[in-house]
Amino acid sequence: MMHLEQLPTWAAIIIAVFVIVGSSLALLGAMGLVRLKSFYQRLHAPTLGYSYGTLLIILASMLMFSLLEGRAVVHELMIGIFIMVTTPITLLMLGRAALRRDRDRKLGHDEDVPPRNRPEPPAGTEAGDTQASDPEPDLPRRP
Amino acid sequence: MTADILRFALGYAQIALILALALACWRMLQGPRAQDRVLGLDTMYSIAMLLFLVIGMGNGNVFFFEGALVIAVLGFVTTVCAAKFLMRGEVIE
Repeated sequence: MMHLEQLPTWAAIIIAVFVIVGSSLALLGAMGLVRLKSFYQRLHAPTLGYSYGTLLIILASMLMFSLLEGRAVVHELMIGIFIMVTTPITLLMLGRAALRRDRDRKLGHDEDVPPRNRPEPPAGTEAGDTQASDPEPDLPRRP
Repeated sequence: MTADILRFALGYAQIALILALALACWRMLQGPRAQDRVLGLDTMYSIAMLLFLVIGMGNGNVFFFEGALVIAVLGFVTTVCAAKFLMRGEVIE
């Protein structure tokens, strides 16, 4: 722990605030993961830790090691950019998988999910045929 | 004085992150359906990555950074594979 004495006080205060706020946000996200009721609500909770927790702790780590080594240490940015890119992909895929499973009758669920969109009419039908049974007459029709 | 502030902050951060890890682990073990377990596992990956970063700051050791990077990459691959398995029933089509 000898390296902690080498930092100036303002840097120590900034690093402490960043680390405390970041870890508290990660803890809040995990509490939301436990306490929220539905899966689609729980999907939003840990993103606090993903975005703000990672951002603040990475900024604190960059500041600390830059001051300790006397040069700009930016390799923590790699983790930050990676997390920012991959988190939406994973959560989007997980949400779509959950929606697909919830619409499956065989799996027996208790979530209320909106129904699947009606399929497009087959390509062979004429436009005049579909206009007769148009379910949305308020929309302007194409000439 | 400076070291005391940092020691308190890093200790608090480690305790908070370990608590968050325990809560995510509870959700992974308890989750009513499979997607809850996958979400809990993904949260555990990200919080373990943050914990590695905080421990590396406390030790003044840069090598914890590589561990955090490996955990981030593995967490991404794991969650994508699990989500594809939940959606399609197979990982590689």
